[in-house]
Amino acid sequence: MIINSRFFNRSELMGFIALAAVLFVILPLTLDVFRLNLVAKYLTYAFVAIGLVLCWGYGGILSLGQGVFFGLGGYCMAMFLKLEASSVENTKIQSTPGIPDFMDWNQITALPFFWQPFHSLTFTILAIILVPGLFALIIGTAMFKRRVGGTYFAIITQAVAAILTILIVGQQGYTGGINGMTDLRTLKGWDIRPDHAKIILYFVEVVLLFACIGIAQFIRLTKLGRILVAMREQEDRVRFSGYSVANFKIFAFCMAAIFAAIGGAMFALNVGFMSPSFVGIVPSIEMVIYTAVGGRMSIFGAIWGAILVNFAKTSLSESFPQLWLFGLGALFIAVVLAFPNGLSGLWADYVQPRIDRLFASRKAKADWADNSVADGAPAE
Amino acid sequence: MFGDYSIGDLGSIFVMQGFAGLILFSVYVLMALGLAIIFGQMGVINMAHGEFMILGAYVTWMTSNLFQAYLPSLFSGYFFLAMILAFLASGALGMLVEWVLIRHLYKRPLDTLLATWGLSLMLQQAYRSVFGAREVGVELPQWMLGSLRVTDSIEVPINGVFVMCLTVLITIAVAYVLYMSRWGRQVRAVVQNRVMAGAVGINTEKVDRYTFGLGCGIAGVAGSAFTMIGSTGPTSGQLYIVDTFLVVVFGGAASLLGTIASAFSISQTQSTLEFFMSGSMAKVLTLLAVVGILMLRPQGLFALKVRK
Repeated sequence: MIINSRFFNRSELMGFIALAAVLFVILPLTLDVFRLNLVAKYLTYAFVAIGLVLCWGYGGILSLGQGVFFGLGGYCMAMFLKLEASSVENTKIQSTPGIPDFMDWNQITALPFFWQPFHSLTFTILAIILVPGLFALIIGTAMFKRRVGGTYFAIITQAVAAILTILIVGQQGYTGGINGMTDLRTLKGWDIRPDHAKIILYFVEVVLLFACIGIAQFIRLTKLGRILVAMREQEDRVRFSGYSVANFKIFAFCMAAIFAAIGGAMFALNVGFMSPSFVGIVPSIEMVIYTAVGGRMSIFGAIWGAILVNFAKTSLSESFPQLWLFGLGALFIAVVLAFPNGLSGLWADYVQPRIDRLFASRKAKADWADNSVADGAPAE
Repeated sequence: MFGDYSIGDLGSIFVMQGFAGLILFSVYVLMALGLAIIFGQMGVINMAHGEFMILGAYVTWMTSNLFQAYLPSLFSGYFFLAMILAFLASGALGMLVEWVLIRHLYKRPLDTLLATWGLSLMLQQAYRSVFGAREVGVELPQWMLGSLRVTDSIEVPINGVFVMCLTVLITIAVAYVLYMSRWGRQVRAVVQNRVMAGAVGINTEKVDRYTFGLGCGIAGVAGSAFTMIGSTGPTSGQLYIVDTFLVVVFGGAASLLGTIASAFSISQTQSTLEFFMSGSMAKVLTLLAVVGILMLRPQGLFALKVRK
């Protein structure tokens, strides 16, 4: 099944080691808890970026609705946490104790039926994977089986993002409206708010991130990954060769949705709230931009893109709020016009050859030394 | 849902809501006309289309302020000049953008989406820096205020009637330019077969630039009309962009008639539903219906039969 017998080639292995070193060792040692928590927030977008590399970079399917899946995952997690935070003791002052505060404010007196199963953590974890997965399956089947792709698909996923945002904002009583679900406190009785919990959650997230990297890399190396690339380049030929193009596209889209949902769930845990401002059109396009800046063809590049763009966003919008939008806009245009493969493309074009040359010249020197010793030996 | 109203009341409600829908329809049509040219004809996804519209709105606002300050006697007629200025400003910016940005991306339609999104962010920030973050409203001349009384229970605002007449005129003008004039024939020739059009002596680059400029210019006029019925802020354009894309896609991308028909059905559905439920649910149901129909019929309402 796996075509390439090595899981990572050398440059990927270097990328893997570098990322692992930074995320597991350097950042936790150098940053305070507040900044580390910010990194955890950025990393939730890295999950989305991995999904987009598979579905957009490899499969050629541009989805502008990743915020939908991010949001669905996030809201599933937030619903569980919110229910736990709204126990009868915590909500004594409400007119109906035991339901989330925003429901009480909106004169709802009983927990709606679709909230009931979220009392169970097992159900919640399953829902985080299955709800976005099934939703992507439905959209994907409806679109790809009819050979809708490219720009049309992008616009329709964008419309879906708009619909979900309007729905969440409009149905305040069931979803918390524009403020979202705030004041999330505990996970199975374990407080998620203090510093040590944030550090643990950070490491849980990084481990999950590497698991997702592993899955994505595995998909890339199997025949499936090759078919995705072939499909992107010459869809008709793949179809004529007897493959069901639609099924492969649906698969890539569903995987991207599930990755995004995991990111969303980690967002709810790490940041402690979930709101429609992470669901709609603008965040969905921003997610695509992180991927494009990092490099749509490279898993590690996209992760760096998510981290760096968000870092720039936080620091620049703190100090120069006016410049930030100009900078971001210019960055998109530059990425598209000047370096379509993003940071990883720049790395592969300019930095990697130098490193290779460095290694090559050392190796050549070593070879030369070996040879001279070998040549010298018989002369003695 | 209908229980509390008598038949006569319901009739009036439908007429009044229908009229409110017609104003929405006018804005949709004006926005969508430009987009239908740019997206439908050229295949460029212009996410900055809303910002071109807002530029037209700001030009109108500035013109009205200038007239108020220096030519108060001619104030009642400022709107016509403002519209022309809005068309020229947005059209010129559009041609500049085409020259700097879009012409490098004709072979990568999905990338035009990202680049123009970046452009829209920059334009929004530019508007915010120049005009301020607050929404601005245009003062309407006296003759546009008030409303026409059709029957006892039905009233229609004059500015709405004016915007609608304007929409009809512009639509006819665009249809004439695209389907009757020599230049329109060149545009359609380039769209249908770029290489062949070039071979028979059409300057395809120039046609592209003017087509893009025309689309953006119409967006500017849409913005000008938009000031008649709402206030303008730096991010107002973004509110309409998704709806407008849906209108164009729903109508069948390359068809002018389809664009108008879909703008009509979407705006009417939305404004009729709005009376019976909250505005957000009306919008959700309308968009869901559109997406649902598009999933069943991806080519849109009026599809041209093209071999690909």
